[in-house]
Parts: sequence; C-alpha cells; structure tokens
Amino acid sequence: MNAIGWPNWRRLNQEGIVFAIAILLFAAAALGLPGFLTADNLVAIVRSVSVLGILALGMAVVIIGRGIDLSAVAIMAMSVAWYLQLLNTGTSDGLAFAYVLAGVLAIGLLNGFLVAYADVPAIFVTLATGSFVFGYVRSQLITQDAVPVPQGHWVELLGGVRFLDIPVEVFVFAGLAFLVFLFLRYTKWGRFIYFAGDNPVAARNIGIPVRPMLVLRYALSAVVALIAGLLTAASLHSINTRVVNSTLLYDIVLVAVIGGIGLSGGRGGVRNVLVGAALIGILLNAMTIIDIPLLYQNLIKAAILLGAIIVDGIINPRDEQTAQQGDI
Amino acid sequence: MTFRERLQAWRYNLVPDHLIGEILTKRWTDNAIPFLALVATLGVFGSIIPGFFKLTSLQESTRQLGEFSLVVIGMTVVMLGGGIDLSVGSIFALSCFSAVYAFFILEQSIWLALAAALATGLVFGAINGYLVGYLRLRAFLTTLVTFIFGRALFDILVSTYAADVQLSQASSDVLDFIGDGTFWGLSVSVWLAVILAIVTHIALTRSRPGWHVLAVGGSRRSAHNAGIRVRRTVFMTYVFSGFCSSIGGFLIACRLSGAGPGTGLNLEIMALTAAVVGGVSLGGGRGSVVKGLMGAIIVLTMTNGLIRLGYGTGTNQMVLGILLAVAVTIDIRWLKNRHKVLNEVYVAPVYLKMGETQSAAPGSGTPYELDNRLSAADHIGLGELEGPEDVILDRDDHLYCGTRHGEIVRFFAPDYKRSEVFAHIGGFPLGLAFDKQGNLISCVGAMGLYSVSPEREVKRLSAETARSWTSIVDDARLRDPNDCDIAPDGRIYFTDSTKRYDAHDWALDSIENRATGRLLVYDPKDGSTKTLLDGYRYTNGVCMAHDGKSLFFAESWACRVHRYWLEGPKAGTAECVIRDMPGYPDNINRASDGNYWMAWLGMRTPSFDLSLRHPDMRKRMTRRLPQDEWLFPNINTGGVVKFNEKGGIVETLGDLSGNAHPMVTSMREHKGYLFVGGILNNRIGRYKISGAHPNWTSPASYWGGKP
Repeated sequence: MNAIGWPNWRRLNQEGIVFAIAILLFAAAALGLPGFLTADNLVAIVRSVSVLGILALGMAVVIIGRGIDLSAVAIMAMSVAWYLQLLNTGTSDGLAFAYVLAGVLAIGLLNGFLVAYADVPAIFVTLATGSFVFGYVRSQLITQDAVPVPQGHWVELLGGVRFLDIPVEVFVFAGLAFLVFLFLRYTKWGRFIYFAGDNPVAARNIGIPVRPMLVLRYALSAVVALIAGLLTAASLHSINTRVVNSTLLYDIVLVAVIGGIGLSGGRGGVRNVLVGAALIGILLNAMTIIDIPLLYQNLIKAAILLGAIIVDGIINPRDEQTAQQGDI
Repeated sequence: MTFRERLQAWRYNLVPDHLIGEILTKRWTDNAIPFLALVATLGVFGSIIPGFFKLTSLQESTRQLGEFSLVVIGMTVVMLGGGIDLSVGSIFALSCFSAVYAFFILEQSIWLALAAALATGLVFGAINGYLVGYLRLRAFLTTLVTFIFGRALFDILVSTYAADVQLSQASSDVLDFIGDGTFWGLSVSVWLAVILAIVTHIALTRSRPGWHVLAVGGSRRSAHNAGIRVRRTVFMTYVFSGFCSSIGGFLIACRLSGAGPGTGLNLEIMALTAAVVGGVSLGGGRGSVVKGLMGAIIVLTMTNGLIRLGYGTGTNQMVLGILLAVAVTIDIRWLKNRHKVLNEVYVAPVYLKMGETQSAAPGSGTPYELDNRLSAADHIGLGELEGPEDVILDRDDHLYCGTRHGEIVRFFAPDYKRSEVFAHIGGFPLGLAFDKQGNLISCVGAMGLYSVSPEREVKRLSAETARSWTSIVDDARLRDPNDCDIAPDGRIYFTDSTKRYDAHDWALDSIENRATGRLLVYDPKDGSTKTLLDGYRYTNGVCMAHDGKSLFFAESWACRVHRYWLEGPKAGTAECVIRDMPGYPDNINRASDGNYWMAWLGMRTPSFDLSLRHPDMRKRMTRRLPQDEWLFPNINTGGVVKFNEKGGIVETLGDLSGNAHPMVTSMREHKGYLFVGGILNNRIGRYKISGAHPNWTSPASYWGGKP
C-alpha cells in the first residue's frame, strides 16, 4: 500500500484485496441495485457501520496487542441497560453515570488483570466475563430485555443531533477513529502496543510495561463499548439486551480480521478497521436492499468470516516454533 | 535444652510436614479440587432443593446429564489434544435436526435417523478437523465461526420445517424407549454416556491413538519429532467430538420428538465450562474423561438447580461466567505454580542436636587427629577418572572402580597404568563387592543392586523391596542404593540411603536430615529383597565383620556407626558402636590386622551442627537462597579412620594439603597398600601402609585362598 491507500499489486495483502473487493462490490451495487447510490442510502451505510466500527476500533487495539475481547458486546448492551434502568428508577443522572462508568471500568480492569497478571488466555477471560456481565445485569439489575431511554434525556436528544444531515454517530466514529489513529501512531504507548503484540517477551525484556499496558487496553475497550452502547441507545431510543446473543460480537471480529488485523497481534491499524467496516457496511446494505432474510445474512457473514480466517491463517501462518503451548 | 529449642524439636519432629510435599507429588491431587467441588455442589443443591435425590427426579435430570456428558466427553478429547471445539452446540442441534428430518419428514426408520445424525456430526467434525488440524487455523476462532455457521443453518432449517414436523404422524416404539424408557432404572442416554466414557477412558489411557492424542496435547512439537502424525491426530479429535455431539443430538431428538430454536443453545459454553471446571487443562495433555464427567455433573447441577430454585433469566450465564473464570484461573495458576509449590514445601527439615565430638584438628592429641599421610599416596588414573566412589581389587590384583559416566573401569595390575571399561551399567556405580564366584556386585545409584559376572554380563539383582504400609510416595523403589557387602552364606546386605531424594540431591537430604535410610538384604536363593532396618539418617557403608556374624554400617548424617547382628543372641538387632564422630562416615571395609577402615566423606562443622538445631532456618534457606549459597556438610576435608571390633578408634589418616584426597568415600586394603577413592575425585590413590600384612587381600579374607 502506498500513501493514498491504493493497492500495490506487487505487494498484495489482505487489506488490499478487501479494499478492492469493497470497491467492486460498491460498483456492482451502484450499477445493479436501484436506490443504492443515493445520498440517503450512502449516509445509511455509514451510519449502519458506525457503531460496529466504534466497537471494532476498541477490538482492534486489543487484537493488535495480541488479545481479544469477547465481552465487548455484553459490556456495551448491559452497561447502557443498567444506566437506563437506574435513570428510570429515579437515580440522578450524574450518580447513575458514575456507577455505570465504574462498573464498566471494573470489568475492563478485571479482564486486563486476569489476562496480564494471572496469565489466563484472553479468549477465556473475556468469554467468562461477557457471560457474567450479561447474566448478572440481566438477572439482578434490570427487569426486562429491552430498557427504554427516559423522555427528554440527553441520550435521546443525542440521537436526534444532525450536522449536514449526517447523524452524530458518524462523527463520533470519525472522531474516535482519528483519536485511535493518533494514539497508535504518535504516542509512545501506542507504538508499544505493536511491540507487545508482536513479541511480548522481547517487549518485556526491553523494559516496556507490558502488563499495565494490557490492563489499559482492556479498560479502553470497555469504555469504547460503553460509548458504542450510548450511541445505539441514542439512535434506537432504547437498548435491547438480546443483542448480546446475536452475532454482533462476531461482526466486530469480522470487521477487524477482514480488514487485515492479524489475530496473532502486532499488525494493522485504524485503516484496516475502516476498510473492513466499509466492506461489511456495503455488504449488509446490499443484502438488505436485495431483501435477503436475516438468517441467511448470518449464514453469509459466517461464510465470509470463515474465509477471512482461512486467508488470515495462510497469510499470517502460525509459527510452530514460537507459538506457545496452549495458545489456542 | 532451652524451651525455645524444645518447642522447635517438637514442632519439626512431630508435625509431619514432609507429607504435604509427598502428597503434592501425586497425580491424583489434580483431581482433588474438582472432586471437592463436585461433593460441595451436590451437597448444597441436594440440601436446598427438596426431593433432589428422589429417584424420579434423578431419572429426569440424569437423562439430560447423559446427553450433556456425551458432548463433554467429545470436548474433553479435543481439549486433551490441545484444541477446543466451540461448535458442539451447533453439531448437537444439526444432528438433532437431521434425525428429526429423517424420521418425521422422510418417515424413515429410526436407525436411518440415527445414521443421518451420526453422518451430520462426523461431517461437521471433519470440517472442523480439516480446518484446525490440516490448515492449522486457530481452534478457538475457527470453531467459533463454524458454530455461528451451523447455528445459522439450523435456525433456517428449523424455521422452514418446524410446521411439517408438528404435523408428522411418524412414531416408533424404539424412539419412545430411547426417549422415555429406562433400562435397569437408568435411561438410555445415561447408559450410552457411561459406555462411551469407559471406552474413551480405556482408549485414552491404554491405546496407541489415545496416547497420541495426549502426546500431541502435551507437546505438539515433541510429538511431531517423535513421528506422531500430529495433523491427523488433531483431525481425529474433532471428528470424535462431532461423533459424540451427534449421539447427544440424536438422543434429544428422541426425547423431545422434535427440534426447536432452543436446542443446543449455550451448549458450547456449558461444555467448555464443564471440562475446565472438571480440571481438563486448556492447552492440552492433562485431564481425563472422569474429570470431564465430574465437571459435567457440577455444571448441570448448578444450572438446573438455579432454575429449579426460581432464579430468572440470565442467572445461568452469570453462574457459568463465574465458574469458567474461576476454574480457568485456578487451572492456569495451578499448572504454573505446582512445581514452585512443590519445591517450596518438599524440603521439610527436622530438628537434631548432634552430640559433642572430639577434635580432629592436627595436634589435638585425640585418636581422630588428622595428619598428612594420604597426601603422599601415588595416583592411579589421574585425570581419566571421574568419581570413583568405591574401589575394589580382585584375586588377580586388578583394580575396579565405578565412574560418573555409568561405567565400571578396570585398571590392570601390576602398575595400574592401563585401563579398560569393564562393564557399562548406565547408572552411577557406587558400592562394590566380590561374591564367592567372582561376580562383581554393585549398588548403582538410583537404579538398584546389580551383578557383573567375570564374563562382563550385567544382571539386575534387585530394584525394589516391599512397600511400607504408611508410605505415601511408593518407597518400594530403591532410590539411593549406596553400599553393599556379602555374608558367608551369599546373602547381600546393602543400604538405601534415603527415600526422600534422588542420589544427586544428597545435599538436600543432609539439610532435611530426616531419618529415612534403610538396611536391606538380597537373598540370591529366591531373589527376594527384604528391609531389615529403617529410619536412619543416610545409611551408607556396609562391611561384614571378620567373623561373618555381624556387620557394620555407617549412618552418615548422624556421624555414627552401627553393628547389626546376623547371628547370636542379638540377631536381627542393631547397636551403635561409634557415636559422635567429627566426620561423616562413608564406606567401611576390612583391614588386614583384624580392624576396619572407614572413609570420611567430610567433616562436621560447628555452623552446620548449629543449623541442625534450627530447622526453621534451614527451611527458609532452601526456599530463599540459591543452591550454591546453602549451608550443608563440609565435604572439602575427609579422611580414613581405622577402628576395631569394639568401636575404638585406632588411627586416622588425612590429606591436609587438600590436593590428592580432600574427601574420601572409599578405601580398600590390598597386599600392604591402601587404595583410596572419592566420589568427587579425579583419581584413585595408592598408599603404602606401614606394618600392614604384605599378602593380605580382601577376596581371600572373605572367601579363602585361590580356589
């Protein structure tokens, strides 16, 4: 890839392929599907992938550091559900938000602590905490699956904010993407994430605080999930906790992996998330316009994700010599 | 003795600390935590849920348990092979649907439905196996994706055919029996789970494919290097998991006579939690079917129990999340720290107050007074030898010794310049003795009692004795056979220095100072080995008395020599003949003047004697200090002591220069010369003894003149 993002065919990589596919798909949809290439639909595409993209940004930071956060969707839905429940039962806004922020940070720190200091594989930690967060909030803190946003609350107002007819989550996505880009590219800790993801032992040996940084990444991912959840609630005026059992989580991994962020860590960046989000956004929008049922969409997405993982496995083969025992 | 010291003596000599370490060396301690969790779970839920243990209630819940256990068995095998299979829920659901479709919609026989279910599971498993095994993708994400794929497919199929299934008229007695019947009070699913568990257990522990699975899970690279087909083995584990899940799916199809959107939902996280809670290690190689089943019972009891107690939506996920997080963390920490814990607690020193001793300092005027005579010894094999612990000469004056390299080396008379490897044993030969037929008997460190015939044929005589009743770690094995001697009737008396440590860890044994040394006898007539005496602090040298009616043996860390009676009124008992020596005794051998030679491998020091009265200090020392800073017996000075039949000290020889024989582990008198060996030395010394009998030899002393 060169500076402006066009693929260099001699050094073809996954990002380039995906970008090319996205453009082809875009062109095909623009030509073949009526109503695709309209301003409203293009805004809808960007809007539909904004929340997904925000979650994928958090996931990307974790994956680059050779981790994964399977609790992201649970945190996103359950934290906001709890927040709205607190508001609906009369807790003051500031206090409720403080509770929720503390809870989200606690889960993020717990994830990070177990991964960094107890050496438990990230996959299991986050699978367990995701299950716990969903179960705990659903059974103890809220009373039904969907929690509505109180009338006139700022979350509701946030959903109505438009600038140049573009909804606010698009700007949040863009802003966050820029911030994460700056963080990964220009800050010391951002660069360290690549080192730690590429070779944690070497990173530790040269004095990088690998473990505190791990904790930081999971906390960051949890906060990003909270932001994504607030935006979801803003646009839908409620939060449905059943989203935890949907395939949203795998869509997030899909966006990150298909964009070319290697699951073995140390590679990729914000651009990969954008490319992945573009492809998925176009794909979902096209499938919706063609009127493919949701169940079949899941099947297609799963097939694409499988293909992405196989390609990832071929492009970034696991190194048997350095792969750790039990690294599954 | 001060009160503080008495307290220490009680604390460290009466409390059996060493048992903790010995229990931790047992593999079954891995099972202890899940087993306790199982008992606690059953106890808690059994007591708070009324009628939990009632037969009908158990029959209903065990039906589900049977199906779940089948899935967990499959998951366990995959995890043992180093992978993970998250698609079990999808396989379960799809197999269920296949069976339902074949039976209710195509109206085929129930057996064809079973075949359809199995085929679905095997194909799905084979896809997983191909992706993970042959393409080497990451197991977790790959099976996660195939799980989503399978689930999406199942949802589509169920929503398409649900109505048709409802309307179907198909029925079968076999199906009803599998779904609702019992056989000897247990449902079919439980029987199937039990049979599959037994078969899988036997396959894993006693068959080649099962070992291959464990080997691949334990260390993929080593398994590959050992010639195991790693990829195919991994592939097969996923196929097996698909097979197990498909049987489970078939059973639930029979039980519910249909398939619904909830079939197999959350099954993957439940099965994973069950396997991990049961103690099957992530990353493979450790675990068993039994552990998986224990986990299955725990998880199912908890989730079902909470539902029956009336907790609402989400409780299951909460509990599963907590269980999974706690179990995974314990598993990881336990595997990582087990060795550390073991190292920390294994050394459990005891209190010992050594008696006052006479000085061995030159010029002190005691019989123990060391001199410099041994520094004048000629050297044999200087630089060629490493570790001649014991030396012995045969009737033709050839000299034999063991070496660190696991060989017995022979030096040829008369000048002992030429040498050859007499026999290769493989372990470190320590004590040596010739029997009447000229066979060379040797105690081989960590291996046992061996015999080398004059034709160089090596034969193992004994490697074990009877196990004592109170032992935790099997003490039948000879851990540190040290020295041997042969009675006139041919029986071989030998020592096994410690039950707690291997031979090369002798320093730890001296620091712990626990009395676990044994005196044993091997009877060549029937090949049996018996323990005669137990509970000495590092039994070492053995020597038959000149009259053959008793033997002397050394107790190194207590600096004592005992006499064990073979005949006479005191037969079978031991008495201490020399106590509180200034040196640590090693091998004992006969002298030509009717006395005995005894080697000192090292000298007591006031500091180490003091540390023996402070077991807490020694414990801290082994835990916190690196090995080369430990305080343990001084082995830089030793000597040779001659004592008489009554235990009186006649004289003491030493090497004050420290060049030739700083420590001595053995000496043998032969034709007026004393041949001196040391386990850390690089030579054998030959010292001319003034006034010794010029023709006396040890073989002649034992077995008479040349035949």
